[in-house]
Amino acid sequence: MSLIDILSVLAATIRLATPLILATLGGLFSERAGVIALGLEGMMLAASFAAASIATITGSPWLGLAAGMGVSMTISLIHGFASVTQRGDQVVSGMALNILVAGLCPTLGLAWFHLGGQTPALEHGQRFMPIVLPLADSLADVPLLGPVWNILIGGHNLIVYLAILLLPLSAWLLYRTAFGLRVRAVGENPHAVDAAGLSVAGLRYGALAVSGMLVGLAGADLSIAEGAGFGRDMTAGRGYVALAALIFGKWRPAPAFAACLLFAFCDALQVRLQGVALPIMGVVPVQMVEALPYLLTVFLLAGFVGSARAPHAIGVPFVKTR
Amino acid sequence: MSRDLPWPIDYVLIPALNLALAFLAGAVVLGLIGVSPGAALGTLLDGAFGSLDGAGYTLYYATTFIFTGLAVAIPYQAGLFNIGGEGQAMLGGLGVTIVCQAMGGYPLWLVLPLAIGAAMIGGAAWAALPAVLQVKRGSHIVITTIMFNFLASALMTYLLIDMLRAPGDPSPETAAFPASTALPYAHEWAAHLGLAMEESPLNLSFVVALILAFLVWLFIRRSLWGYEIRATGHNPSAAAYAAIPVDRVTVLAVCLGGACAGLVGINEVMGVLHRLVLGFTAGAGIVGIAVALMGRNHPFGIVLSAILFGALYQGGAELAFDYPQVTRDIIVVMDGLVILFCGALENMLRVPVTRAWARWRTVPA
Repeated sequence: MSLIDILSVLAATIRLATPLILATLGGLFSERAGVIALGLEGMMLAASFAAASIATITGSPWLGLAAGMGVSMTISLIHGFASVTQRGDQVVSGMALNILVAGLCPTLGLAWFHLGGQTPALEHGQRFMPIVLPLADSLADVPLLGPVWNILIGGHNLIVYLAILLLPLSAWLLYRTAFGLRVRAVGENPHAVDAAGLSVAGLRYGALAVSGMLVGLAGADLSIAEGAGFGRDMTAGRGYVALAALIFGKWRPAPAFAACLLFAFCDALQVRLQGVALPIMGVVPVQMVEALPYLLTVFLLAGFVGSARAPHAIGVPFVKTR
Repeated sequence: MSRDLPWPIDYVLIPALNLALAFLAGAVVLGLIGVSPGAALGTLLDGAFGSLDGAGYTLYYATTFIFTGLAVAIPYQAGLFNIGGEGQAMLGGLGVTIVCQAMGGYPLWLVLPLAIGAAMIGGAAWAALPAVLQVKRGSHIVITTIMFNFLASALMTYLLIDMLRAPGDPSPETAAFPASTALPYAHEWAAHLGLAMEESPLNLSFVVALILAFLVWLFIRRSLWGYEIRATGHNPSAAAYAAIPVDRVTVLAVCLGGACAGLVGINEVMGVLHRLVLGFTAGAGIVGIAVALMGRNHPFGIVLSAILFGALYQGGAELAFDYPQVTRDIIVVMDGLVILFCGALENMLRVPVTRAWARWRTVPA
């Protein structure tokens, strides 16, 4: 493997990690506030459909992005209505929304665009294209630095850089602000928060709104930045993988980020491995290689969770004591 | 809260109201894609029950949904949510395939029990690992079963393309099974009895499903293991204190659920397709979640809601035939809406209904 090969696998890792990172951060706010984030998959899928549809109709990726984030936030708040206000089963609610969205997107897509449930392919101006960094040309011939600057650091779309930026920002919001402290408290001991005179429901809805916006970015990345249009089931389980990354990262931003990178690396590697003859095993069947990320998810959830402790009040509806 | 209500309200009125809400939301979706909800409902009902073969299709779909509904309901009694019906059904189909291909020429009364056994073993085996991981390692069973659905689908693709495909066949499916392994169709029986019934895929599996539902009810409600499963689901620490082996009971419940899902293979593979075809489950595992929640996880409720979803499926096929903008995805939308309104938002109507009932009770008529 040459340097270019290694760099392009790493660059693919960053690109593939972006939706996972954003969805994991979204799940982080939801779960730290005590609401199970099983709806990530549906929120992401709906966002990618909304973003691609609006970008197609208006021609503006920015409006598409706003639509994606708005739709994802709406679904997040419906999940909130079911789990916070109605005290319903959060796992059931999350699955219901995932299934609803999985059916709704191709149904609406077929009726609106007549392309068998897809949205039309987006043109360059309608989506977020890879950004060419300054100095790209003049560094191109410099050994090592040139390829690193152009392949690994440069050449990604806007949302990739946004995701890298939002990671420390989310950590700051969660650990260094009053809002973050209250969100974490409401996930650990809502009765204490209630006794302090704060609204448990209000905080949970707030956290779910933030969650919705972040996951909306993840969906938009798939359809109007990394991809050029919506295809059915295009999230392909990434919402669940993000949730697994969150659990594996023990509900903390930095380890969860590392888990996302691991998943994405595995995914980038599986694309590379298809059809390649390996030293001992020979050519591994393509389905087995494609199953690698799912296998890794099971493996990590099973093997290395260790002493992970979920937020104490997660999944438990809050009932005010008198 | 349920004890405050007489059972007709608890088990009939509230589910019916929730279902009505789900259909109302479904009507909004139909309106959004330019289909008149009223006309659609007419097509749906006519397609599902309007003719005898339509009813045959409805019950054929219902057979599969009884299996996948029970696959969700049994683990739910133990407090676990099994999303893996889809993958478990695939492995069940694989088990059926192995038996049917090996047992050509033997009488059906011998092949069928073996195929049922193989289907149950296949489904249970695919459910076992997520169950054990949940119990031993605390890995979230919802995520692991979803991952196992992806893994099962990859495994089936591999097996059907590289291993089991009939030589020279371009599509990913096995060769047809020996004719002697095919289950009798309902219309064949009707012909024997001198009744004219149009052809439909309804077959002997429907009877298997009804018997299974009864046995599951017997098991959950009347057996010691069933009691242990319910106790574990209600309060695991109390169950453990009562010397119930909670871990073992949990794994048992999930594996039994997987075994029920595996039986989808009897209906689809052995009853209708007579070969293993890639993707034969067609989302039945997901429908099972809606079926179980609507049937309140009670075996008899599941039979009724499976028939309702069977009608939806069959009527939806008619709808897709009449309107180009409607596909099977509209059924997935309905699944989601039913799970949302009958499952997650179940309390929404229960609270006001309970309050209204209490007020009505206290005011003497």
